[in-house]
Amino acid sequence: MRTIRIGSGAGYSGDRIEPAVELAEKGDIQYLVFECLGERTVALAQQARMKNPEAGYDPLLEERMRAVLPVCGAKGIKIVTNMGAANPEAAARKTAEIAKSLGLSSLKIAAIVGDDVLDACKDGDLPIMEFDGTIKQLGNRLLSANAYLGAEPMAEALKSGADIVITGRASDPALFLAPMIHAFGWAMDDWNLLGQGTVAGHLLECAGQITGGYFADPGYKDVPDLARLGFPIGEVGEDGSLVITKVVGSGGAVTARTCKEQLLYEVHDPRQYFQPDVVADFSQVIIEEIGPDRVCVSGGRGHQRTETLKVSVGYVDSYIGEGQISYAGPGALARGRLALEIVRERLKVTGVESSELRFELVGVDSLHGAEISTRANEPYEVRVRVAGRTENLREAVRIGNEVETLYTNGPAAGGGAWKSARDVVAVASVLLPRDLAKPQVRFVGA
Amino acid sequence: MKLREIAHSRTGDKGNISNISVIAYDAKHYPLLREQVTSERVKAHFAGVVEGEVVRYELPNLSALNFVMTQALGGGVTRSLALDAHGKSLSSALLDLDIDPGSDDK
Repeated sequence: MRTIRIGSGAGYSGDRIEPAVELAEKGDIQYLVFECLGERTVALAQQARMKNPEAGYDPLLEERMRAVLPVCGAKGIKIVTNMGAANPEAAARKTAEIAKSLGLSSLKIAAIVGDDVLDACKDGDLPIMEFDGTIKQLGNRLLSANAYLGAEPMAEALKSGADIVITGRASDPALFLAPMIHAFGWAMDDWNLLGQGTVAGHLLECAGQITGGYFADPGYKDVPDLARLGFPIGEVGEDGSLVITKVVGSGGAVTARTCKEQLLYEVHDPRQYFQPDVVADFSQVIIEEIGPDRVCVSGGRGHQRTETLKVSVGYVDSYIGEGQISYAGPGALARGRLALEIVRERLKVTGVESSELRFELVGVDSLHGAEISTRANEPYEVRVRVAGRTENLREAVRIGNEVETLYTNGPAAGGGAWKSARDVVAVASVLLPRDLAKPQVRFVGA
Repeated sequence: MKLREIAHSRTGDKGNISNISVIAYDAKHYPLLREQVTSERVKAHFAGVVEGEVVRYELPNLSALNFVMTQALGGGVTRSLALDAHGKSLSSALLDLDIDPGSDDK
């Protein structure tokens, strides 16, 4: 039976660089996938592109490509990535330039365009899923609308001979599904195969999160050598069989436990994991350790895809102002609480307009709220944190200022004040009839 | 005993929804999880954090439960005022849940 080995070279935009090089050099892989596009990243990238037509792709694209292209080029490892963000064609041109500078000008580089569906969403004035309202009601706060594309255009690019495929918004598992569809010729209505392939893609898409990252809990779940964490490899057979593994000798561990945690990561109803290409069913999945750092995953299924594509809508939501300051030693907790009360009163006295405020002590109750945190003993030091949502930057600035002025107006011995004020680009979702998104493959000459 | 003694857990986020998996270390403890880690208890445990409902999904093949909690992330990851906007630390809070081991050996 034919099998392919797919490496996962990044789990988010800022991820470590060298594990991907290790995969390319020692992983015996044919495909290397980089998942680098967070929920709101496209919206931020769209803003960058509006300022500069050649910008709007992943800021680490150049560093990652320079690191892996020499070995990928030499070994014929194909790269699939969503580092194109809001500008896949510019990312492809940049990659071609890098390839040329490395003496790899024969590489074929494809950009997938067509995920930008802002106009179609405006025309349809589609309702927003997360809150009451429609696209048009966002008015000039609307920044971007990008559909989660499926694996087809990426598979088509691979079929046309692409060595590197760069897309913008696409479903994360689809980045992995595309090489499987290409290599094995899977039919786009073989729902069970596409479902099992989605299981593979979902397990691999967060890279180190399945090899021991986001997992260690000393004394309960120990993981060796997290500083040299190896990234995962999916060994996929043409019948959909799957083994998750990693480079021998790399840090971390692939176990049934790491695989179970990642299978359910960001999953709601396990029977219905909605993807552009299939509605995957994880409910019957079986996970078995078959060797050191080798885990067999079977039983993924699927149902017919839906007639809509999920669209991520970026919009300017609000502004957030924030301030922090620390207190330590005897009475730190009491002084921290006094500080919070002072700022609470000051925001009233000075009339700062906000729609939402948080007052908390980092180290005491900032993560799980006051109710869950009541059992804590008194800490040695506390950090006051006040954050508020406002309609404009001017009001946001005033929140941090009221924390900073605790230096000379607040409790004794406050130190290390810090403040910030920023605009908030948030994302919401709409469902777009799938025929309104028209993805295209565009090759860029290297 | 604490849930942490018999299960491990991971938190994921999508929009304003947090999901927390609870996975038995040993399959023999799965019935205990099913019986005692109910959506009602999880909802009560996250008082002050989860404003919406808590739905539980069962995965017997994995000896795991998956809890989906709505209105749990301060309005959504991309706009939350919280220090931990993703709610990634919530799994640790759930593992602090008390479990009655009953006659079951630990």
